[in-house]
Amino acid sequence: MAVPAPILQMSGIGKQFPGVKALDGVDLRLLPGEVHALMGENGAGKSTLIKVLTGVHPIDAGTIELLGEPVAFGSPLAAQGAGISTVYQEVNLCANLSVAENIFVGREPRRWGRIDWPRMRARAAELLARLELDLDVSAPLSTYSPAIQQMVAIARAIDIEARVLILDEPTSSLDAVEVEQLFKVMRSLKEEGIAILFVSHFLDQVYEISDRMTILRNGRLVGEYLTKELSQVELVAKMIGQELAALEKLHGEAKVFDRSLLEARGLGRAGAIEPFTLTVHEGEVVGLAGLLGSGRTEIARLLFGADHASAGDVTMDGTAVSLRTPRVAMNHRIAFCSENRKSDGLIPDLTLRENIILALQATRGWTRPVPREQQDELVGKYITALKISPPNPEHLVRDLSGGNQQKVLLARWLILEPRLLILDEPTRGIDIGAKTEIQRLVAQLSDGGMAVLFISAELEEVLRLSHKVGVLRDRRLVAELPNDDDLTMDVLMETIASGGASGGRAE
Amino acid sequence: MRRLLWPAVILAVLLLVNVFFTANFFSIQMRDGHLYGSLIDILRFGAPLILVSLGMTLVIATGGIDLSVGSVVAISGALACLQISQDAGVFTAVVLALGLSVLLGAWNGLLVAVVGIQPIIATLILMVAGRGLAQLITGGQIITINSPSYKIIGGGYWLTVPFGILLVAVVLAITVFLTRRLALGMLIESVGGNAEASRLAGIRSRGIIIMVYAFAALCAGVAGLMISSNVSSADGNNAGLWVELDAILAVVIGGTSLSGGRFSLGGTVLGALIIQTLTTTIYSIGVPPETTLLFKALVVTAVCLIQSKSFREKVFGRRRRAVPPSPAAEEKVRVTA
Amino acid sequence: MTTVTLNGLRTIPAKYVPVLVTACLFVAMFVAGGIRYEGFASGQVILNVFIDNAFLLVVAVGMTFVILTGGIDLSVGSVVALSTMISASLMKGPGWPPYLVIPLVLLIGSALGMVMGYIIHAFEIQPFIVTLAGMFLARGLCYTIGTDSIPIEDPTFTAFAQTRIDLFADLWISPSVIIAAVVVLVAAYVLHYTRLGRSVYATGGSEQSALLMGLPVARTKITVYTISGFCSALGGVLLSFYMLSGYGLHAVGMELDAIAAVVIGGTLLTGGSGFLLGTVLGVLVLGLIQTVISFEGTLSSWWTKIFIGLLLFVFILLQRLFSARRT
Repeated sequence: MAVPAPILQMSGIGKQFPGVKALDGVDLRLLPGEVHALMGENGAGKSTLIKVLTGVHPIDAGTIELLGEPVAFGSPLAAQGAGISTVYQEVNLCANLSVAENIFVGREPRRWGRIDWPRMRARAAELLARLELDLDVSAPLSTYSPAIQQMVAIARAIDIEARVLILDEPTSSLDAVEVEQLFKVMRSLKEEGIAILFVSHFLDQVYEISDRMTILRNGRLVGEYLTKELSQVELVAKMIGQELAALEKLHGEAKVFDRSLLEARGLGRAGAIEPFTLTVHEGEVVGLAGLLGSGRTEIARLLFGADHASAGDVTMDGTAVSLRTPRVAMNHRIAFCSENRKSDGLIPDLTLRENIILALQATRGWTRPVPREQQDELVGKYITALKISPPNPEHLVRDLSGGNQQKVLLARWLILEPRLLILDEPTRGIDIGAKTEIQRLVAQLSDGGMAVLFISAELEEVLRLSHKVGVLRDRRLVAELPNDDDLTMDVLMETIASGGASGGRAE
Repeated sequence: MRRLLWPAVILAVLLLVNVFFTANFFSIQMRDGHLYGSLIDILRFGAPLILVSLGMTLVIATGGIDLSVGSVVAISGALACLQISQDAGVFTAVVLALGLSVLLGAWNGLLVAVVGIQPIIATLILMVAGRGLAQLITGGQIITINSPSYKIIGGGYWLTVPFGILLVAVVLAITVFLTRRLALGMLIESVGGNAEASRLAGIRSRGIIIMVYAFAALCAGVAGLMISSNVSSADGNNAGLWVELDAILAVVIGGTSLSGGRFSLGGTVLGALIIQTLTTTIYSIGVPPETTLLFKALVVTAVCLIQSKSFREKVFGRRRRAVPPSPAAEEKVRVTA
Repeated sequence: MTTVTLNGLRTIPAKYVPVLVTACLFVAMFVAGGIRYEGFASGQVILNVFIDNAFLLVVAVGMTFVILTGGIDLSVGSVVALSTMISASLMKGPGWPPYLVIPLVLLIGSALGMVMGYIIHAFEIQPFIVTLAGMFLARGLCYTIGTDSIPIEDPTFTAFAQTRIDLFADLWISPSVIIAAVVVLVAAYVLHYTRLGRSVYATGGSEQSALLMGLPVARTKITVYTISGFCSALGGVLLSFYMLSGYGLHAVGMELDAIAAVVIGGTLLTGGSGFLLGTVLGVLVLGLIQTVISFEGTLSSWWTKIFIGLLLFVFILLQRLFSARRT
């Protein structure tokens, strides 16, 4: 089978950052009408490769050819002008502008030199209709969910006369239905002859959509493969450079949960989550499953006192408690690793050590500093236990990879020895190695008697870890299912889709 | 430590420039049991600015800014002088003035932390109204007092050293103790670095923010006493005028970012000294007084440019790129790999 | 009364609420003044606010551009003073004609703004600091030109200063008001109907995103400071019409008035949100406060400051309460 001439060819790309060789001799070619997956663990150099391609950073070595002509883009604008559009991992739009503007800003349709607002809105609505989205295009982008914002970013990218479309983890904030919608769009773009570069941590998605993949490891090229010729196990092995041990059974012996730790009765918050009733026992992992925006995070925030409940009450060990603020919840030994590490979790300018002892210090107040020896001991212990890399307590947290940042956040709460640990998407956007480590840790902690509320978009993960699964839909807790042999992925998905009519008992 | 390098170099250069114009610039003499000399003068006249800048550093570290410190300087001096002119004891006057300063600071903190007004606007209110308040206290006049014991604060000596310098040393020591020995500094940097994440880590940021603004106002209050004591009078209109701008400048020159987070008290002291030395230099090299501001603008611009990383890279950067990566850098790659 | 207003507000997009709140407060203040003082509730009182604050309005328009990108410009007051100083000295000493002096002054103001914008962008120094240096520089240049007030006796200037443009029913305005109105209209058009204007909003919303969306962030930032410099210089020209003198101590602290006007008008200092109409209302509110105080008559000057502070507080608090209720 003849391979058509590539639209884009990168050869021998090298990129040096102060102290780090981010890319070394990397090749990548994108063929017309193909979805090409760029694979690698966090820190493998995927993001850097995309950034040098789109002109965010200059390259130190190698060549980039577009349609056979050597090119070098000085800015994202130049790359866009040449037909290379990018949708970045984190939504890079202006939330203060309207949906229509976000699609067209910088190249608004004009008439007599002035922006033609009616035409802009009409074209935006048209374009979004292609993605099967029906939005009020004159509303500010900030009124829509991250998932919708992501779709708007894609709409912006495909409206530019794109020859190459780069999607850097576009699916990490999308739910299953939206992912399907995106894939549909990707397939139709593919048929138009556009080359798509796709980055994702979700292997199933990669196998569903991609035709070809390039694998990177530690800034170096591992190789280019046809997706259908490479098995998942081989792929993972090439990405992490070792055979992945079969996923072992995570929990020990079956346990009986008879000591209730926390009971929420009729707890709810107007506009965020309908009143729900949920019991968490000591040593129990309670999974929360549901689509994005179904109210998973809202439950977590109520139980941690991050938001105020407008109805219902909470008892711990049989006594009524009022979880007004995070501090009150912490006094009841509840801990919460939030979904958004960057905005709600870490302090990027502080060191690894400071980030880890932050919550402990907060509970002691500023007048009683944690003695330095104790800090070093605690931090050292968790760096070793969680394999945080680099193992340097004085390293700035902003420079760590996503997986290591997540571990720092976990360590911050683990030193408080909580009785209930709430984890909101602890494995999102981190590489497979770190992911399994965190899963294993959750199992260990619960075997040691800690209760865990585990929220994840990946049903498989929820199913494997939880003793009990709460299912959410449309801001309601619709079912609470014991995780026995009868509970499978299919049952869980059925429950999410049907709103609890067929599975489990509705609350 | 590297953060302090540039401010220190700039200060050293400024001091050396003075030597060319004033031969005995570095000499410190003992006269009547008092220390005299240009360096002592810089410290003595710079004392109020250092004080205000110390408070400002903490405010800026929380991601805020305090425009009202100049007005607080005026209010504190006015109230103290008014009390003394009405035959109150110096101690009472000082306590009342500082008490009012702290209250005003807490008001700023309340507006920022509880009401949620942007700091620059919240403190603009007191900056405008406070000036009026100071004039209200003095009745629009300059209150002149004659109190030897009040004079000590800004003009006196203790153990051969000007009292103002000692006062600054004490406040600096207390600030360093609170922020670096106790955990206040880390919590401030955390709140300034990411307020929402800090709340979710259980930090009571409201209390910390109110405290920091109150502290900044307290520092300004002490500076106000120092200034009014030095001239034995209170001028509601002009005392501490534009000191907030100098203080913000000192903080930034000292390497603390206006966006909040990491702060450096040592840098701030250096920054304030740079500004004071600049003023001294302007006089000693004989720049005509009407071009003082012009000169200051040029030096401030130069200082900020030198401190800007991208300026250094653009101007001096070409040579550096050719240097091969250091062994330490290569080691780091291996660690992250 | 309150509920009616609130019910009305509920159907209005959230972004217009701050401007509306300011408008309502302005009306309330005007009505209260009209009830309390005789002769207050007349059209000429409002027009006088425009006449007395035309220069501030022009300066605040420039400030709005800067603040919308998330920046700040502390140099405006000094640039205003510098413009009066240059105009006065050039006309008095070498006797330059106004049609040479005015373009030159506008050019100098724009150039100063452009240089500050370039430094802010290229060397990543905070706008607060760069424009603070600019403030020292412009003020320093004033004193270098001269420390005393220089009178302006040029016939064109004096004629301009004394012209009254009669409207209907005994109402009149000065030419400066017309210039200010033109500036406001042009600026509103630029902000709403040109790519530059939308880039200003986008840059203020998220500079990082604007950059990745391929917007000319660098050009936008430099342009807004240039616009602010131009507006300050024009404000300086209008102030010379008003004062008929050039003086290094003109417009001391005007940057704070301009910032206050923009903020009272509902523009967020963090950037990306606000309207020019709000700025106009902000200037009107500040002017009306002064009018109220002059109608009160017996107040000492310090009460003016205290009242402006208090009213600033009330405005911001109400803004805050209303917007908090909406979100």
